Amino acid sequence: MATQSLIPAGDFRTTYAADTTIFPTAGSRYAVWAALAVLCLAPLVLDRYWLSLLIQIGYFGVAALGLNILVGFTGQISIGHAAFFGFGAFASAWLSNRFHIPVFFAVPLAGVLTTAVGLVFGLPAARLKGLYLAIATLAAQYILQDFFARAEWFTGGVAGTHAEAFSIFGFAFDTDGRYFYVVLAYLVVTFVLATNLMRSRDGRALVAVRDHYLSAEMMGINLTRYRTLSFGLSAFFAGIGGALYGHYLQFVSVEGFSILLSIQFLGMIIIGGLGSIMGTLMGTAFMVLVPEAMGWITDAVRGSALDRALSLKDNLSFLREMAIGLVIVLFLIFEPDGLAHRWRQIKAYWKLYPFSH
Amino acid sequence: MNTHLLLQLVLNGLIVGALYGVVAMSFVLIYKASQVVNFAQGEFLLIGAWVCWWLLTTYQLPFLVGMLVTFAFMMAFGLALQVVVLRPLIGEPIISVIMVTIGLSIFFQALCKWLFGVFAQPFPPIFSTSQVSLFGFEIQTVYLMSLGISAAMMAAFGWFFRYSKHGLAMRATAFNQQVAQSLGIPVRNVFAMAWAISAVVSSVAGIVVGIVNGVSSALSLYGIKVFPAVILGGLDSVVGAVIGGLVIGVLENVAQYVDGQYLHWGNLYEIVPFYVLVVILMIKPYGLFGTRDIERV
Repeated sequence: MATQSLIPAGDFRTTYAADTTIFPTAGSRYAVWAALAVLCLAPLVLDRYWLSLLIQIGYFGVAALGLNILVGFTGQISIGHAAFFGFGAFASAWLSNRFHIPVFFAVPLAGVLTTAVGLVFGLPAARLKGLYLAIATLAAQYILQDFFARAEWFTGGVAGTHAEAFSIFGFAFDTDGRYFYVVLAYLVVTFVLATNLMRSRDGRALVAVRDHYLSAEMMGINLTRYRTLSFGLSAFFAGIGGALYGHYLQFVSVEGFSILLSIQFLGMIIIGGLGSIMGTLMGTAFMVLVPEAMGWITDAVRGSALDRALSLKDNLSFLREMAIGLVIVLFLIFEPDGLAHRWRQIKAYWKLYPFSH
Repeated sequence: MNTHLLLQLVLNGLIVGALYGVVAMSFVLIYKASQVVNFAQGEFLLIGAWVCWWLLTTYQLPFLVGMLVTFAFMMAFGLALQVVVLRPLIGEPIISVIMVTIGLSIFFQALCKWLFGVFAQPFPPIFSTSQVSLFGFEIQTVYLMSLGISAAMMAAFGWFFRYSKHGLAMRATAFNQQVAQSLGIPVRNVFAMAWAISAVVSSVAGIVVGIVNGVSSALSLYGIKVFPAVILGGLDSVVGAVIGGLVIGVLENVAQYVDGQYLHWGNLYEIVPFYVLVVILMIKPYGLFGTRDIERV
C-alpha cells in the first residue's frame, strides 16, 4: 500500500496548493486531455466487441473505485461489493419502471439508495476490522443475494427485470457507440470526485484510519464516523456502477451478482494497486481483459492437438475463472503493490534514463 | 407439531454439524498456527473427495486403500500450497493473505470443474446396507461412520495438542511466533505441518459428504459454512469450532423444519447461518471461546 514519492531531489514545494495539486506538471495535464480526446473518438474507430469491453471497463471501474476507497484508502475489507453493485442495478431499474423516473435521474438516485443500504451494513461494520469485517461482508453478500431472489416487487425475482435505455430529452443512448459516452462521462466525474476527496480533510482522515487507527483516534478522528462514511461512499460508487451496468444490458437478472464478481472487484483493485486511483482503472482493464484473453488463446489454438487433448473450447468458462484466480495469486506474490506501482517505476526509469539507479 | 420429524432433523443436524465441526477445526488449526484465514478450506474438501472418487472409480481400489492414498496426496498438496503460495506472503497485510486464499479457492474450484465435470458423481457403494434404524430413526450408515470419524478426529486433535511434541510446538507458535522461534521451534515447519494436517482432515469430511450426497462442486460450500461456525465458537478455539459446527448444523435443520412447517419461504436453511453470523459479530465478535485481542500502543 506504500505510495512512494517520486519527487526528484531539489523539487521543493512551498505551498500546500502545490503539494496537493493533481497535475504536478503541465505535461501530465495535457496527457490527460489528450487521452480523453482519444477516448471520445473511440466509438468512431472501434467495432462493437471492443466498445463493449471498454464500456465494461467503465462501469466496473466506477464500482471498483468505490471498493478501493474502502479497502485501499480506509483499510476496511469487503467481500460483498458485488451485492451492492447488484443493488444499484436493481434500484435504478426499479425507480425507472415503478415510479417512471427518467433514467438520467434514476442512476444517481440508485447510487443514493445503495448508499443507504451500504450504511445499514456499514454500521455494524464500523465496529469490526480485519478479517471479522471480511466475514461480516461475506454474510452481507449472501444475505443481499438471497434478498434479490426473494423480493419480487423489487427485482422481479428469479425472472429478472427490464431496465430502460438511458436517454436525455428523448435522445436514447441505446447503442454501444452512444452509451460509451454516458459511461465515459460517469467515469470521469467519479474519478475526479474521488481524486478530490482524497485531497480533502476527509480523505486524509480515511488514510489515517487505515495507517494506524489508534493514532488516528487519538488525533481526534471519529473512527466510527469515517469507517461508516467510507462504507457508504463505496456503496455509492458501487450503486452508480451497477446502475450503469443495468441500463447498458437493459436487463438485470439475479444470477449476475455472485461472490465471484465480488472477488473480481477485489482482484481489480489488488492488481491495480490498493490506494491508487488511476491504478483502479488499470486493474479493472486488466481484470476485464484477462478472461477475454483466455477466449483469444483458445481461439488461436483451436483444432490443434492441445485443444483436442484438453477440449479447451468447451471448458472456456472454467479457464476464465482459473485465470482470474491465478492472476490474483500471482500478483499478490510477485507484484503486491499492483500495476500502479509498476507504472510509477517505469516512469521513474525513463525520467532518469540513462542514469537510473 | 411433528415431533418425530423435528427430532429426526435435529439428529441430522448433529451429524452434519459434526462434519462442520471437523472442517471448522481444521480451519482453526491453520488460523491458530499461521494466522491465515483460509478461504480455500472448502476446496480441500472438494479436492480430497474428487481424488478419492477418481482412485475408487478409475483404479477400482478398495475404499480404505483409496482413502489412504488420498490422505498422502492431500498432505503433499497442503505442504506444497503452504510452501509455494503462503510462505512468500508472511508479513504481508491481512488483505493480501485473505485474497490469496480466495484466489486459490476460485482457481481450484474451476480446475475441479474442468477436470471432473459439473455433475455430481456418486461414490461406489461402500456399505452393504445404506440405512440402519436406531431408536426409531432412520440413519444412513455413512452418517454413522461420519459421526464415528468426526469423534475420532476430535479426540485425535485433543490428544495432539495436549500431549504430542508437534502439537505443543504448534500451540507455542500460535501463542507467540518470535518466542517460539527463539526456543528452537522450527516455525516454518510448524506452518507447513498445520496446512498438511488441515488438508488431510478436511478431505475426510469431503469424502464422507461425497459418499452421502455425491461429489460435486457444492462441496466447496462447506468452506463458506465454516465461517458462522468458527465465528460462533471463536476463531482461535478448537473446542469452540466443534461446538460452533454442531450449533450451526442443528440450526440449519431446525430452520428447515420451521420453514417447511410454518413459513414456506424456501431456502431458509441456506441463509440462516449468515444472519446468525451477523448477529454474533454484532454482540460478541470474539465468539464464545475466542481470545479477546487487547490492543496496546
